[in-house]
Amino acid sequence: MHRRQFLTTATAGATVLAFPAVLRAQSKEPIRIGFPLPLTGTFAAIAADLQKGAQLAMEELNAKGGVMGRKIEVLFRDDELKPAVGAQRTKELIENQKVDFVVGGLAAHVQMAINEQTKAAKKLYISVSQSDEISAKPDTSPLTFHEALNPTITSRAMASYGIQNLGKKWWVVYADYAWGKQNNAVFTAAITKLGGTILGSTPYPLGKPEFSAHLPKIQAARPEVIYAVTPGADNVPFLKQAISFGLKKDAKIAQPLHFLYYTKEGGAEVFQDIYGATHFCHELADTMPQAKRYVEAFTRQFKTPPDAYSGYGYNGIMEVARGVELSKSTDSDAVANALRKNREYDHYKGKQWWRACDNKSFQDLWILKVRSPQQVKGEWGLFDVIGKVAANEELDRTCAEKGFA
Amino acid sequence: MLDVSLSALAAQVFTGLVLGGILVLMAIGLSLIFGLMTVVNFAHGAFYMLGAYVAFSVLGLTRSFWATLVLAPLVVGSLGLLVERFLIRRLYGRSPDDPLLLTFGLSLAMVEGVKLLWGKIGLTVDPPKQLAGAADLGFMNFPIYRLFVIAVTAAVLVALWLFLEKTNIGLIIRAGSRDALMVRALGLDLNRIWLLVFGIGIGMAGLAGVLAGPMRGVYAEMGVEIIIDCFVVVVVGGMGSLAGAIVAGLLIGEIVSLTTFFAPRLAEIVVFVVMAVVLLVRPSGLFGEAGLAE
Repeated sequence: MHRRQFLTTATAGATVLAFPAVLRAQSKEPIRIGFPLPLTGTFAAIAADLQKGAQLAMEELNAKGGVMGRKIEVLFRDDELKPAVGAQRTKELIENQKVDFVVGGLAAHVQMAINEQTKAAKKLYISVSQSDEISAKPDTSPLTFHEALNPTITSRAMASYGIQNLGKKWWVVYADYAWGKQNNAVFTAAITKLGGTILGSTPYPLGKPEFSAHLPKIQAARPEVIYAVTPGADNVPFLKQAISFGLKKDAKIAQPLHFLYYTKEGGAEVFQDIYGATHFCHELADTMPQAKRYVEAFTRQFKTPPDAYSGYGYNGIMEVARGVELSKSTDSDAVANALRKNREYDHYKGKQWWRACDNKSFQDLWILKVRSPQQVKGEWGLFDVIGKVAANEELDRTCAEKGFA
Repeated sequence: MLDVSLSALAAQVFTGLVLGGILVLMAIGLSLIFGLMTVVNFAHGAFYMLGAYVAFSVLGLTRSFWATLVLAPLVVGSLGLLVERFLIRRLYGRSPDDPLLLTFGLSLAMVEGVKLLWGKIGLTVDPPKQLAGAADLGFMNFPIYRLFVIAVTAAVLVALWLFLEKTNIGLIIRAGSRDALMVRALGLDLNRIWLLVFGIGIGMAGLAGVLAGPMRGVYAEMGVEIIIDCFVVVVVGGMGSLAGAIVAGLLIGEIVSLTTFFAPRLAEIVVFVVMAVVLLVRPSGLFGEAGLAE
């Protein structure tokens, strides 16, 4: 035996002895999780964050020896923010890559297409972005889980905060696709119910950030607050155009969600004093040990603090793993039943739970306000956490309203 | 009440001018290239997108918006020259589908290339400090930068008109678009003229992208969205007609703006309705000459 050969063998042997768990995990087939997401398109930045969360979860699980002695392998695929592509990628993941479960989808309309595929193949699917329909009949299924907040919860929370703190007269600008329309409908109903007025609402095509033709009309209506449902890469152009038309001087602006990376990109000058909700922000690390651990692990790995959606990706993978561990099985039905039976979990930001009727996750959310350029703390301290809305099933539609008798 | 709606309408007409201005800059290049070379340039939107990205980088290097405004379209226009010289020129004399397929493929490659070079996530560009903020026009506050876009568009159109009408090269270009064979028979080298025209057309698309960046942000898909509207403009105005591109560009801009005011959800569809009507009533477009597109 040559010296080099000996060294290689010896090192390998030592590694085996040192990491029996790793070896055992590697000796069996990995548990494969398909993860379609829009790595290109208007939501690319959010998708990149979502992916990092899922990746972190996978690495943490594998570092502990995997699940039931098997490694976790997450297969990411670009769905290009198109329902047809999302369906195709999901089908390929299930049929060619033989994935055991599917997590992912980032857009209300694309996740419906993914869900159709997982339903047909009888695979567990954890959706990790907002949609009202995904957890309601007729679209949902016993194997469809919904980790994210939804438009109903988000816009009801924002309406109730807004009417108390921001004003009574509102104008809604919304992207004309599933998520935008759902937010507009919920928000309009909620504001009206709470005694406010919607002066008007304007749809615009998602991903076509030219708002100038909408702005004079909004300005002329003199709303106290504008509710801007302008997601993804439309967010910054909307605010910049609103500012350039002088709208931000005349009215307050609130949006359903705040994203750290878009806020950072647009800068505090553009985003100052804009209100929005989130299910997670890295500022929570100051007060919550779970969040501190998560934010530190994420920052160590990716050199930036996490934005909100990485938490969804992280939880999606962690919940699949928990379900497998609980049921000692990779059978989708068994995992789904195990999750419903053991419905509470807390991976990174406090207690969450699955509601039994619709597999919907309930979780705390927070109201944020963007700081002025002078108040920004360091590179990433853009948000002031100004309110908390505790997890509450009553914020969502009831089981009966969602079609569960 | 009437007073309010009149000023609102005026505001709407004004915003429509900017939307139209960008479309005109795009459509003129498209129309010029088609009129002279019968090339349907599907990559026109991709060059618009490239203009916005190149502007982002040039702005980072020079720190001067004014230098960027001149340099970025030149960079994009030069790339256009290379594309004509080494790709499109090989296809002259073949079926008009060939350059169409080539430029379509090129546009896909460019979108992916841009993502590789600049990343998949969009970028933001700020207008220069002198052009930030809004001006009070009496009936509304209007962003100064958008007024600037109108001014640049007008200046470029005047310059292009002078070039085509008052210079010898302009004369040859106009002659070449009417009868290429005759111009060749007179011993003129049309290849160089076509190269130049392609470069100018692409440079104008690049300029449109440079101007649009600070308003709409910079992202890889931005060209895919605008190219559809540009084809509508060219078809409505008449393939190959410069006056048609200007009139139709402004018309489509105004139609989008006014429809957005009255029925925002229809704004996307109405441009296609206009195109359909024009095609039914006047198949060669408002200013087109019958038979040119055949």
